[in-house]
Amino acid sequence: MRIDSILKAVRMVGDRTLKIVERIGATVTFLARILVHSATSFKRPGLIVREVYYAGVQSLIIILVSGLFVGMVLGLQGHETLQKYGSEESVGVLVALALVREMGPVVSALLFASRAGSAITAEIGLMKATEQLSAMEMMAVNPVARVVAPRFWGGVLSMPLLALLFSAMGIFGGFVVAVVLIGVDNGAFWSQMQAAVDFRQDVVNGIIKSLVFGVAVSAIATFEGYEAPPTAEGVSGATTRTVVTSSLAILALDLLLTAFMLKGWN
Amino acid sequence: MERSTLNLWVGFFVLLGFMAFLMLAFKVGNLSLGASGKTYVVTAHFDNIGQLKERAPVRSAGVLVGRVSSIHFDAVHYNAEVRMSIDEQYHFPTDTSASVLTSGILGEQYIGLDAGGDDKMLKNGDEIKLAQGAMVLERLIGQFLFNKAQDGNTAKGAEK
Repeated sequence: MRIDSILKAVRMVGDRTLKIVERIGATVTFLARILVHSATSFKRPGLIVREVYYAGVQSLIIILVSGLFVGMVLGLQGHETLQKYGSEESVGVLVALALVREMGPVVSALLFASRAGSAITAEIGLMKATEQLSAMEMMAVNPVARVVAPRFWGGVLSMPLLALLFSAMGIFGGFVVAVVLIGVDNGAFWSQMQAAVDFRQDVVNGIIKSLVFGVAVSAIATFEGYEAPPTAEGVSGATTRTVVTSSLAILALDLLLTAFMLKGWN
Repeated sequence: MERSTLNLWVGFFVLLGFMAFLMLAFKVGNLSLGASGKTYVVTAHFDNIGQLKERAPVRSAGVLVGRVSSIHFDAVHYNAEVRMSIDEQYHFPTDTSASVLTSGILGEQYIGLDAGGDDKMLKNGDEIKLAQGAMVLERLIGQFLFNKAQDGNTAKGAEK
């Protein structure tokens, strides 16, 4: 009796684990399928431009405003702690390194997943529910090439630009709080920042991170939309899953990338 | 939405992103157009490098001239072999001396180069023979106490 119920619980754990692994595998297979069918979107860049508008330009306001606020908070908190050690000029270093290395790529990717990723999933899911995708297939138009790939590349291209804008805006916010409002020395703020931030190690690594996040979020968003059950409930569930899965993927990939970037590739 | 408006907005977005990149590269990061990026490597053996890390700055007269590229333990001479990449636009005489210094009391450690007077210049792969390691606080204090004690002894001896 008891053995049975324990076995049942173990079986459930196994089932869940296998389902998660299956989901990851299906997403990666779908990513490969997008890459194979990408030629059309590069022959017609207009398709990608349209998606960069919907994914990138439409996310601009939320990214810029959050970047400003995050930078200002970093400036306030950094100054509060650093002044105990008498090195409040280092607040520029703190703000810049935190933003360029971590906050810029990660927070903008999380915002991008909930702002643009969910929109992509809902759009593709609804196209599937209203049988627009089947109609395309009927006309011998590959829906992956015509609908999915441009959205994927639009997201991949927008993500690094958004992360860069987030970091730049955050550093400006930190500058406003630390130098203009609190009165940290302007020259020391920038010169210490320039001495501590390395172009290759910090800026370029941040861009690499945001590119990886862009690929992950776009692949998950298009996959969830394309595989969504063709019902109103199915589309809403897929949209939620996009945000949850992308956020987890971003944070897990960030840990991996950070470990490799700081400790080397071997 | 009309195609031309779409292109305008996307163009605006890309330019904005590019401007952010330039700001991060030049205003925030230390990428400068003047630096050629080409470097030559010189080595130095220190008996103690203290807290010196890879990528630590190499300065001469306070100006950044290069960076530490690698640090190894030399198992033959039992000391630390430090390789540094120096910017190709700066040349130093062969009798230049290198020492491990600290910026500020709790600051990072760096290598300071003091130029000598030789006519010949250091080339790629050369070694800096005059190398002084880091000051270790415990040893300094130990030496100070030892000297103090010795002073006391000599003073007593003079009294007698």
